[in-house]
Amino acid sequence: MKPLSDFQIVNHSVPRGDGIPKVTGGAIYTSDMVVEHMAWAKVLRSPFARARILSIDASAAKAQPGVIDILTGYDLKGLQPYYGHGVKDHPLIAIGQVRFVGEPVAAVIAENELAAQEALGKINVDYEELDPILDVDTAMAEGTPRIHETDFADGSFRGFDDFPGAAGNICQAVHVGWGDVDAAFAKAAHIAEGEFYFPMVYAYAMEPYVAIADFDAKGHLTVYTSGQHPFMVRHDVAHVFRLPLNSVRIIVPYIGGGYGSKSYTKIEPLVAACSWKSGRPVKLQLSVEEAFLTTRGDDARVRIRTAVDARGHLVARQATIHLNTGAYAENSPMVCRKAANRIVGPYRIPNIKIDCFAVYTNTVPASSYRGLGGAQVTFPGESQMDELAEMSGSDPVEFRLKNLAHSGESIHPGMRPIDADIPGDIREAAKMLRMDRPLAPGHGRSVCCSASDAGAHPVTLAMVQVYADGAVSVLSGSTEIGQGSHTVLTQIAAEEMGVPLEKVRLIGSDTAVTLFERSTGASRTTTLMGRAVLEACREAIAQIKVMAEEVFAVDADKLVEERGGLRHGGKFLTWANILEQYFKMEGCSIVGRAYLRKAGDLTLVPVFWEIGVVGVEIALDEETGKICLDSLVTIGDVGLAIHPAMTEGQDLGAATMGLGAGLFEELIYDGQQLMNGTMLEYRVPRFSDLAKNIDMKLVQNRDGVGPYGAKGGGEGAVNPISPCIANALYRATGARIRTLPLTPERVWKALQEKKGAAPR
Amino acid sequence: MNVSFELNGKQTTLEIEQRESLAEVLRGRCRLTGVKISCEAQVCGSCTVLVDDLPVSACTLLAYEVRGKRVTTIEGLADDSGRLHPLQQAFLDHFSFQCGYCTPGMILAAKALLDENSAATDAEIVAHMNGNLCRCTGYLPILKAIRQAANQLRGQK
Repeated sequence: MKPLSDFQIVNHSVPRGDGIPKVTGGAIYTSDMVVEHMAWAKVLRSPFARARILSIDASAAKAQPGVIDILTGYDLKGLQPYYGHGVKDHPLIAIGQVRFVGEPVAAVIAENELAAQEALGKINVDYEELDPILDVDTAMAEGTPRIHETDFADGSFRGFDDFPGAAGNICQAVHVGWGDVDAAFAKAAHIAEGEFYFPMVYAYAMEPYVAIADFDAKGHLTVYTSGQHPFMVRHDVAHVFRLPLNSVRIIVPYIGGGYGSKSYTKIEPLVAACSWKSGRPVKLQLSVEEAFLTTRGDDARVRIRTAVDARGHLVARQATIHLNTGAYAENSPMVCRKAANRIVGPYRIPNIKIDCFAVYTNTVPASSYRGLGGAQVTFPGESQMDELAEMSGSDPVEFRLKNLAHSGESIHPGMRPIDADIPGDIREAAKMLRMDRPLAPGHGRSVCCSASDAGAHPVTLAMVQVYADGAVSVLSGSTEIGQGSHTVLTQIAAEEMGVPLEKVRLIGSDTAVTLFERSTGASRTTTLMGRAVLEACREAIAQIKVMAEEVFAVDADKLVEERGGLRHGGKFLTWANILEQYFKMEGCSIVGRAYLRKAGDLTLVPVFWEIGVVGVEIALDEETGKICLDSLVTIGDVGLAIHPAMTEGQDLGAATMGLGAGLFEELIYDGQQLMNGTMLEYRVPRFSDLAKNIDMKLVQNRDGVGPYGAKGGGEGAVNPISPCIANALYRATGARIRTLPLTPERVWKALQEKKGAAPR
Repeated sequence: MNVSFELNGKQTTLEIEQRESLAEVLRGRCRLTGVKISCEAQVCGSCTVLVDDLPVSACTLLAYEVRGKRVTTIEGLADDSGRLHPLQQAFLDHFSFQCGYCTPGMILAAKALLDENSAATDAEIVAHMNGNLCRCTGYLPILKAIRQAANQLRGQK
């Protein structure tokens, strides 16, 4: 393996490829785009969580000045209007029924946004209200009506083989288990048992959902979208309009944040239907308030018990997880699968029984949220690790070290063995946090960890174009969502082709131009697309070596590869020189390609284990219950950081997002109505929430299947933050809180209860 | 109605409708799309522009209100030769953005602070920047960039 010191571009914090556009205002997001002859759409949303649509009268709206057309569920003849990569349960606009407050019921297409907005008020919808089913227990109770009255076709789920179908209001059930938990609990020395709740959260990508759809005169559809999985959107949209894949072109410019919330299909089928109906290119720009009503994270109730033996070894964990999935499946079946896997944690546990249910309710649909079920289940899992450490009379760090799986050990039978040094990571985090220092009053410390089966289903195809003038283009279907993929992928190409970084251009994402990449999520891009780009470069080089035999007029085995080209004796030619002399024509280029699939060393799932290791020291104001972070440490166990500064940036960003759900963030429903669906009322981390001391470290053991031993990052740190804060709070006060977020009110009440005073 | 103001150093007169916000005018009529729209409620700071050197949420300011004033957007920050403002360079140097959606507002809000007080302490920077949200970075890289730019701007004085 090439030593770290040999890398000239990889493993260096080079300037970001999207840097200049992003600091000068030149970066164009879908929100910023206009296309010729474009009309605007606005959406009328349901005021009811569950109701039948008896009729829609849009005639007055259609007569409004500037209005071009109206789209409702009555206009979809000829389409297959239900979409979904997991379950095709989602109508592109309400058909006969609404299932949550905020569901699109009609769209006005007008010459400008204002005309569209004004016409919305002229649409009369006659509803028959039905009793809404707002929580998991009601949804699962016997006799409760089904939120979806029919069974839907499975989507082509790609990467998810065991979809069992829906039953009643259970959208997805996943069962994970091995060993005999009952026997293990019967013999256990100590058992921690409790019910935990992780709140309903909103990702708040600062650019709300937006798309422009344009059916051209030949019936080809182009969609510009803020979506992070263009190929999954293509799949859904092609299905809706019965189009061949090459008739649907999805283009993704810069994306203003995602964090999972822009994964899979959102508003694209609706916007495309507006273009289909009106014959015009149509833009739909949601507001943030509408984005609150589009996708959220699954809130989770977790009943969990974990047992240890007398020597402090974990012997069993049993959990029942209920995810409130909202009105449509979206990606919650996958959240369900991942929550069930991830609640095991990075530990050796010989007896496991996990039952996880994603349950439909008449609330905003839940889907991917950074960590994909990891944050929801790491909170209970790591809280109980501290509880058990105390019961065992053990230090929490030592207790974890005793039970953590080492590199090469399996935590899930049949899955990839652990490809990280988690014990080393935990030791390092404890050292960085200086756990041995005495604690000031009101202060507490904790170190927590998580292991997530990451990478999603590995189907990743890439091309590089090598030009005879020394330029190289990388054609990648991964989207630049801020994570820096467009920088990292060009670094890899520059390193492999031996050209300066400035010579490499990233082309993407455009489904008509780039090859298939399943998704940009599950922290996969560096690992899978990075490796595909590396292999595509090597494949291009292999082609050029054949050409070189003719150019040098010697056999290939006489040619020595050096950085950027080939040498024969005193003669060195770059790859570009060889191309130029082979074709004897300026302007030529060749294509190198790589097709990664679930085969070879990518056969075992997961593609890699994404490790989250964080430590915090909190400072509690006991008068108010307010928690501040005194210190935050993160460990990024990433195999090799292609770009160290951006990799650390991912850890801090993920930790900060986790801090939000840990301390402030929660969507609150009052009956059927979401009460705090604006940024005035939904509190995300601000500058002033920054920890006083922040220390980040990257661990680079080159133990991943990605390029040069790299693995993904960016979602690990989001998972262990909230239990870390809860454990630190326990250390500071003796109060164990099992419901997030740890708002001042909740903490203060717990402190009063702890003191024996009745909370006022 | 007509409104005249100085936009990124150039005297500008535009025909606008009375109801138009400054953000709508800048983005729609002037194609200055570095002005980003997010919360539309003066919470997030992504639409921050400078009006007479002070940071303002363009999403909720009527364009009419800037008549006779100086408006600076991110597009007007580099000098005529294209040389970046020290804050822009510092944001590059410290990887102070990921998706970049909050970045124009962040840089302009920071510029307003440093123009007034290039010796701002960390606490002053945090207090001043608390009205600008970033969902990607966790803020530390932004703080580092503002510190660096402050140092550089102090050196120029």
